[in-house]
Formats: sequence, C-alpha cells, structure tokens
Amino acid sequence: MSGTVADIPAASFPPARSTRAATRFLRHRLAVAGVVVVVLLIAACAIGPMLSPYGPLTIDLRRRFQAPLAGPHWLGSDQLGRDLLVRLLMAGRISLTVGFVAMGISTAVGVLVGLLAGFYRGWIGTALMRLVDAVLCFPSIFLLLTLAALVSPSLATITLIIALTAWMEVARVVQGQVIALRERDFAVAAEAIGASDGYIMLRELLPNIMAPIIVAATLNVARAILAESYISYLGYGIQPPTASWGNMLNNAQEYLESAPWLALLPGAVITLAVTSFNFIGDGLRDALDPRGDRSA
Amino acid sequence: MPLSETGDLLRVEGLTVRFGAVPAIEDVSFALRPGETLAIVGESSSGKSVTALALMRLLDPRACSVSGRALLRGPDGRETDLLALPERAMADLRGRALGMIFQEPMTSLNPVHTVGRQISESLIRHERLSPRAAAARAVDLLAEVGIPEPARRASAFPHQLSGGMRQRATIAIALACRPRILIADEPTTALDVTIQAQILDLLHRLQQETGMAVVFITHNLGVVAEIADRVVVMYAGQVVEDAPVAALLEHPAMPYTAGLMRSVPRLDAALHTGRRLLAIPGNVPDPRQRPAGCTFHPRCGHARPDPCLRARPALEWAAPDHRVRCARWQEIAA
Amino acid sequence: MTRFVLHRIGQSLLLLLLVSMIGFALLHLAPGGPLAQFALTPGMSQEAMQRIAHQMGLDQPLPAQYWQWLRRLLVGDWGRSYRDSQPVLWVIGSHLGATLELMASSTLLAMILGTGVGVLGAIRRYSLADYAAMVGAMVALSIPTFWFGLVMIYVFSVRLAWLPAGNIATAGDGSLLDYARHLIQPCVVLALVTVATWSRYMRASMLEVINQDYVRTARAKGLRQLQVLVHHSLRNALLPMITVAGVQLPILLSGALVTETVFTWPGMGRLFLDSLGYRDYPVVMGLLIFSAILVLAGNLIADLLYVVADPRIRLT
Repeated sequence: MSGTVADIPAASFPPARSTRAATRFLRHRLAVAGVVVVVLLIAACAIGPMLSPYGPLTIDLRRRFQAPLAGPHWLGSDQLGRDLLVRLLMAGRISLTVGFVAMGISTAVGVLVGLLAGFYRGWIGTALMRLVDAVLCFPSIFLLLTLAALVSPSLATITLIIALTAWMEVARVVQGQVIALRERDFAVAAEAIGASDGYIMLRELLPNIMAPIIVAATLNVARAILAESYISYLGYGIQPPTASWGNMLNNAQEYLESAPWLALLPGAVITLAVTSFNFIGDGLRDALDPRGDRSA
Repeated sequence: MPLSETGDLLRVEGLTVRFGAVPAIEDVSFALRPGETLAIVGESSSGKSVTALALMRLLDPRACSVSGRALLRGPDGRETDLLALPERAMADLRGRALGMIFQEPMTSLNPVHTVGRQISESLIRHERLSPRAAAARAVDLLAEVGIPEPARRASAFPHQLSGGMRQRATIAIALACRPRILIADEPTTALDVTIQAQILDLLHRLQQETGMAVVFITHNLGVVAEIADRVVVMYAGQVVEDAPVAALLEHPAMPYTAGLMRSVPRLDAALHTGRRLLAIPGNVPDPRQRPAGCTFHPRCGHARPDPCLRARPALEWAAPDHRVRCARWQEIAA
Repeated sequence: MTRFVLHRIGQSLLLLLLVSMIGFALLHLAPGGPLAQFALTPGMSQEAMQRIAHQMGLDQPLPAQYWQWLRRLLVGDWGRSYRDSQPVLWVIGSHLGATLELMASSTLLAMILGTGVGVLGAIRRYSLADYAAMVGAMVALSIPTFWFGLVMIYVFSVRLAWLPAGNIATAGDGSLLDYARHLIQPCVVLALVTVATWSRYMRASMLEVINQDYVRTARAKGLRQLQVLVHHSLRNALLPMITVAGVQLPILLSGALVTETVFTWPGMGRLFLDSLGYRDYPVVMGLLIFSAILVLAGNLIADLLYVVADPRIRLT
C-alpha cells in the first residue's frame, strides 16, 4: 500500500474494525480458557489422587479392563485393574513437572546463549549461533531418543534431555532482540558510563526483552510436554511403574480393540494440556506484541 | 440530464465513500468530456486517490461503503453507472474502457512476472489475442511508450528497469487496450524531475494520438498548468473548486486554491522577489474529526466566525463554468 | 547471486562439520563409549577389550580419533551394524525409500490442503472459517502424532475396518491399490502437523501479498478475480514457502519416526527405534548423523530453489 497510502483512509481505519476486535477478544478468550484448563489440571493432579480410594499402583485383577462409567472406576481400569483416573492424575504430576522444569532449564540456557551471542557479536556470537544452527539440524526426536538411550532414564535425566533439545529457539529470539536493542540509546549510554558487560546484559537488555522470552517459554512448556509423551510412548522416557501421560500410551496400542479408552483418554489429556499452553502462548504474543496480528 | 445532451463522457454525481462511519469523500461531483484532461488537485488525504479508486471500483467493498453515481457513456451512446455494475461487468470495463496508472512504479509491477507478460495479460483478457500475438503487441506498446530496445525489455523483470522505465511500462499496461479514459494517480510524484517531464510529455503525446480523456490526480499545481484543461480542487474529502484551468489559475475563488498556488515552487518568482515559498499552515484535518462549518476555516486567512464556522458552505456557481465552495468568495474577490 | 550460492554452500559445509562434531561427541558420551557393545559380551577379558580399543584407535588422543572418524564418514565407511554386520550406509539405504515415500506423499497432501486453507483464511480474513482454521491449526499442532495415529487406527481399522492398521503392504498381494490402502493412514497422520504449520505460514504470506500495489494493478487491468488470485497473489505468496518447506524438514523427520513406529512402516524411523532397542549404536549414530545431513541438504536445496524461483535474486 505504499505510495498512495497517505490518501487512503483505509490505512488509518483498518477494515472491519469491530470484527477484528471481536476475534482478538475471542482469541484471548481461548487464552483465558487455556489458563483455566491449566489451573484446573494442576489442581486436579495435586489434590485428586488424595481424594480417590484407589492408589495409582493398586492392582485389582478382578476388575481389569473396566470400561469408563461402567463400574466403580469412573474412567475405567487398565490391564492390571488399576484406576485410570488416578493414574492419569498421577501421570499429570510427572508430565507437568517435566514440562515446567524443562521449560525453566531450556529458557535459562537459551536466554544465556542468546544474550552472550547477541552481546559479543564477534567470533563468540558467531560460534554460538552456528552451534544453535547445528543442533537444530538434528530432528528433535532422533536426538532425544539417542540421548535417552545413552543415560539411565530417571525423572531428572529425562527432564534435562528434553531441556537440552529445546533451548535453541529461545536463543535465536533473544539474540535477535539483543542485537536490535544494542543499537538503541540506553545500552550505548550504559556502556558509555562504564557499566560492566554483565550489568548491561542483565539490567539493561534482559528486562527489555522479557515479552518474547515469556511467549517462547510458554510455548516451550507445550513442547516439553509433547516431547515427554513422545519418548515415554516409545519406551525411552519415564519408566513404569511410574506413570506419565506418555508411557500410559506405551502398551495401549495392543488393547485398541478390547480397551480403546486406555489409548484415547491419556492422549486426549495430553492434547488438552498442550493446546492450552499453546493458546496461552498465542494470547500472550498478541497481548505483548504491540505490532499485533502475526498469526504465523 | 443525459450525457448525450451534455456531451460528457463521464459524470460523477454525489460520490461518497465511508470507511465505517468515517466519510473519506463526501458528495464529490464532476464531469469529464471526451479527450479532455481533468486534473484533481489537493494535498495528501484530501480524498483524491479514494475518488479514483472508487471510480475504478478497486476499494475493498468489505472495508467501505460507496454511494452516488458514476455515469459512463459507452461508444454506442448508452449510459452505464459504474458504481451499480456487477463485479464481473466492471472487470470487463477495467483495463478496456478505463485504464489506471499508479504513483509507485517500484511496487505496482509484479516482481515475478516479465514486463511483457504483464502487458500481454490485458490483451489476452480483453481483446482475446493469442499469447503469441499479445506478446508481439506488448513489444509494440513498449516501443510506443518510448522504451528503447522494446523486444529485450519485454522479457525483463521489473527490478531490471529504472523507475522511469517502469512507469512507462505501467502506462503501456494501462493503455494496452486503448481505454477511453485514463486515470493517472500521481504518476510522476515518485520520479526525478527530468523523468517527470518526460512522462508528462509522453502522456500528452499519447492523449493526442488516441484521443482518450485523462483524469490526472496530483498535488502539484505546476503540473496542472502544463497539462490540464479543467481542474477540480479537493479538500478534506470534498470538491471545493471546479473550473477551467485558465480561469482557476487566474482568478482562484477559493482561498484554499489560492494557498495551493502560492505554495508552488517558482524559480522566477523566488529569484526576482526573494519571496519565500508559502506553504499553507496546518494540516488537512483528520477525517474522523473534521471541523464544523467550513472544513478549511482553521487554516484560512479569510475565515470569520460568521458564516465560516457556522455552516458548511455549499458548492456554488461562481461563473457558468466555475463552481466554488466558500461562503465568502464574493467578498474575497471584491 | 553466485556469491550468495557460494556463501550458502560454504555455510552448509561449516554446519556439516559442526554436526559431525556433535555426533562424535555423542558417540563418546555413551556409557562405555564405542566399546559399550563389547562390554556386554560375556566372557570378554580385560586384555581383549584393550586390544579391541587399540584396534579401534581408542587409545589415541581425541582429536586424532575425530579426524579418523570424520575421514571414514566422508568416504562412506560408517561402520557395520552390530545386528547383522551389514555396512551402516547400506542398512540406512535399504530403509530410506519407504521413509521418502511416506514423507513425499504426506508433504504433497499437506501442501495442497495447507495452501487451500491458508489462502482462504487470508482472503476471508477474520471470517468464521478463518477463525476455525486458526483454532484447528493450533489444536493440530498440539496433538501427539502417535496418539492421532492410534485414534485413526481405532476408527478406520478397528471400528470401521476400512484400512489396514500397519505395514507397507499385505504379504503376497503387491498391487498398487493394496500399497495405497496401507499408505493412507500414515500419510494423513504425518501430514497433520505439516498442514497446520503450512496453512499458518501460507495465510501470513498471502496477507502480505494481497495488499501489494501490483495486485491492485492486476485488478485495474480487469483480470478476473481467479486470475488475480492465482497469477498475482498465490504465485508470489508461494515463493517464501519454499524456505518454510526446508525448515519443516526436521519436524517432518521426527514425525516420520513416530508415524512409522505406530504403523510399523519399514522406514528409517522404525529402523532407528529397532536399532536403539538392540543397542546397535553404529546404526543409531549413523541414522542420527544421516538425518542431520538430510536436514542440512534439504535446507540448502530449498534456499537454492528459492534463488532460482525468485527473479529478483536470480538476476542480480
């Protein structure tokens, strides 16, 4: 629209302003719904198992494969007669913990690498960003599984592995922002009055790029939950008898005919949680990015 | 009155475009005779381009509402209201009866298609030429608009041409099917002064050759003096003066027109009198908050609380061929 | 343009070097390092271990080991599979075809669907359909691929019994129809994520283009709406999508691994998981590096294709 833009009021009056506002509101409503779902999930996983008469590992061979809503187990029972609802909630504790902790580590690593790469733009910056490029060449599941196979699987190692394959995008975002910011006055001014590099990075640069970091971190929770589900489903993640949303699906394929709920329910919960985090991230991006509509 | 009686080729009546509740142009009217050059003059955001885009029906119908009439006389003498045509019928007229060129030669050509192809498209669409014949015609058209080595340029991509060459190419596109009306929206604004003159000469020559009428949109009254037969001055979305070029330049009736004339850079005047260029103080008002009364009063040296702030003046006949929208034009002229 | 191409190729070679270093590091990170396999062999004496270590050059300094390893990598000597003693590259090669068929068919499906959805979303921006597509894409990006596969199997194989639940073909059949029936489900499952991403990028790219001056010029010529859409909007909007296709490759490969596992599709991903189960490290490492090279090459090809497709770059 360049050129005649000054003459066309369309530029100053975006088309269909009201519908745009409405959809924005709606999209934010999905983000709000995401927050509600996440809070409810966390609360249910934290409190739920304590209210149930069943333990997550209570085996009851008389009540194997009870269908949902068809007996004492609300959401049915599995091949060992364990209560599916309690197991889902206990698994949620594990999966959500992995998601949040992995997000924390990956974001911290990404922010650190990005800050350094953006601040020291000479060979250090180049080397760091090339490293980011190189790690991104590996398809994440291949890398995750290789790493998982090399270590003895535990909650800590799995979380660490997931974090180690998810910091690169944060690093890219932060590096780009830092480079843009460094050109601006206040960083230059801080440098001129002799502030240390660390001070400039943490006190001047970091607070100004929190918005994209928060968005990336939120999306990283979604990604980490998905990653956990993938490697646990494939048998290299959280090991039974500890339940995670991923490993509950591990054997479910065998029972697709006889007990489909064993496959359908955990996956639906994963989808619900991941979708919620993605919507929250999307809503945050809209809310925090003054440039507005960037849907891709 | 029917166009056949007035001899007009195009007559615009009560053209109003609103974006939501905000009027971009209000009650615009003017007439265009065959072979005539009509200049529409005004500052940025006075509504010139919206008027042109509304006539071509290139505004997004979901973003704005257009009302009024734009009667076009066909070769058979029949009248068509452009604003009432279904989209398909309008598309048949675009590029065939009505050509348009735009301000930015850098962005108005598609970067991924050759210049020749972008000209041929029109010919294939409207004159049903074969691609081969259309390509040959495209080369002729490039020659006609003064592009050297037209055969080679036809297979060039837009970014390989200079700004002036590109504008010549867009003119070739607009004129490919010999339209009866060419709408030129600030076609020289983005170009160097020497190139500007060349493009104006070219348009003038093509007009002589083809007998088409031209609606020339510009903010530069200097250009108007060179090319126009008739001038419509727009301010804040309305026509404020409409007169033959000589009458307008000699006796501008509206203070805004006079202000525009004083702001034209004139080498001789500046050298001889040492007079500074007098831009009109202030800006065109925001269409969302146009002043009550005469929309020009905040910037007008002749403004009086009564009548200028009281009511919006009507477009009056100052002479048989001269319309003006100013409540005090007679006092000012006296 | 030549400079850009040379620069891009040089960049890829540098990345390849970094990728190989990461691969080498992982190999040595493994508990027991490259010797892990022998440690598991019963009756292996300490001296025998040392002899093998010497044979494998493991008593040399790491840079020297890396250099030898890299040289073998470059000449195609990627070691032999522990499982069946076949050369690693040969083993990978014999599984590559199935994966490429799956990836190609699902990419084609995803591009066609994604382009349609993205274009519709852009020209009917903020309509109900656009909104539904955006929400749908977000949900699609959130569904675990394997679970979507399980749901498909449950619906189309278990309940409806329309499609086979796995494998690439029915033994002894060999008809194209049979192959197609086996391909449908994995293809759709793998396409899910790609469709979502593709449609989102396509919508954004299309939105950039449809407000350009040249689209208005095309309309001012009187071209039909469909002509304007195809020749002047879509054509231009698809250009940056070449790069998007390249960037999608690692996600596609990850998706293929999971999809192949769910549908027992005999491709690279399935091979990777099987090798992991057998602790067949040469094949695992080989596949890891091979997949990274595929990604590198894919991105390089995408960038070069972009150069060819966009006259603005090609001709400067």
